[in-house]
Amino acid sequence: MPEVQIRKNLLLVEEIFHEGGSVAPKPLRRAAALAVIRNPYAGSYVEKIEGFMEDLKPLGLEMAQSLVVALGGDPKVVQGYGKGAIVGSAGEIEHGALWHVPGGYGMREVLGGAKAIVASTKKVGGPGARLDIPITHINASYVRSHFDAMEVGIADAPRADEILLALVMTTGARVHARVGGLKASEIKGEDGLR
Amino acid sequence: MTATIQGNSRVKIRKIATFVEETSTEMGRRVDPPTRRAAAVAVIENPYAGQYVEDLTELMIIGEELGELLAARAVAALGIPGPSAESYGKAAAVGENGELEHAAAILHPKLGTPVRRVLGKGAALIPSSKKRGGLGVALDIPLGHKDAAFVRSHFDGMEVRISDAPRANEIMVAIAVTDSGRPLPRVGGLSKDQIKGEDGLR
Repeated sequence: MPEVQIRKNLLLVEEIFHEGGSVAPKPLRRAAALAVIRNPYAGSYVEKIEGFMEDLKPLGLEMAQSLVVALGGDPKVVQGYGKGAIVGSAGEIEHGALWHVPGGYGMREVLGGAKAIVASTKKVGGPGARLDIPITHINASYVRSHFDAMEVGIADAPRADEILLALVMTTGARVHARVGGLKASEIKGEDGLR
Repeated sequence: MTATIQGNSRVKIRKIATFVEETSTEMGRRVDPPTRRAAAVAVIENPYAGQYVEDLTELMIIGEELGELLAARAVAALGIPGPSAESYGKAAAVGENGELEHAAAILHPKLGTPVRRVLGKGAALIPSSKKRGGLGVALDIPLGHKDAAFVRSHFDGMEVRISDAPRANEIMVAIAVTDSGRPLPRVGGLSKDQIKGEDGLR
């Protein structure tokens, strides 16, 4: 099993008071945890890569925990989540897909059983590449007020033989959400969708 | 979290972002302890957007308020007491309807005093940069040792950006603070254990 070698971490927290409308009584907070790791499969085609998902689980958990701490320490305030990866140029998109299981596992573990699929995106890119991480409600994917995205990136990552991994959590709806649809208060919570 | 400006404040903040970066390996070599740096960035309304105004006092007062708020946020993000900070820097990006001079009014006259109050000391000049730009513009905040500008291991820079700022009538104001210099510094020069701390330079 290749070990997970971290070059750097970035934690980004946004506190949004308004966006031209009235100031929110409680600002929306969004946090992203990024880790830049060495890609153990960079530079050649490797058939069997699945094992690395297991190796990444402790990192997924650690990043999810750091997000909860950044949002105040109580997992109950978390309402939205998402994840993503940028694979450096000597890797393939499939290496980014290795993050689906450990990233999702880490967040569910910390949040205690979120029902909705974790929205995700990934790409191959160079240092400074930006990734728009999609965000949806943690218990019902169709909650319209919580559809959101957060752009992340690091000026010097990923290098060719690296992968940038990202997890995102938010504390609520878009700051001036008003386009209707399923509301968080209407969630049935049976299927992770509605 | 730490202080948010409320009440009779002059500054209208749309959002605040904080970034904490920790580097633990470089070229496969461990950085022990990891180098850590934080930036706190406020996106504010530019009261003078779209017009030429001679007297920029309002922005100077805003700079003073933001100096305290952002320094406190950056230090809190690192989880260290203010006096443990080693280097610092500041920067501003003005949206397209503002002037470079607006950034200067925020950064230079009054912002430094509250920053130094939060950090306990800070004999050295706070290195700065400014620019005008559109949404998502990259701001490179220069970094230098807070007590002796010539400490070579601490010359550095931190890039920050916010995808939706600055809008045309906004200004992005950033303060960066570190608890360390560059990872694996080895280009000589004055080191931090040689600081005399008299003139802010050496």
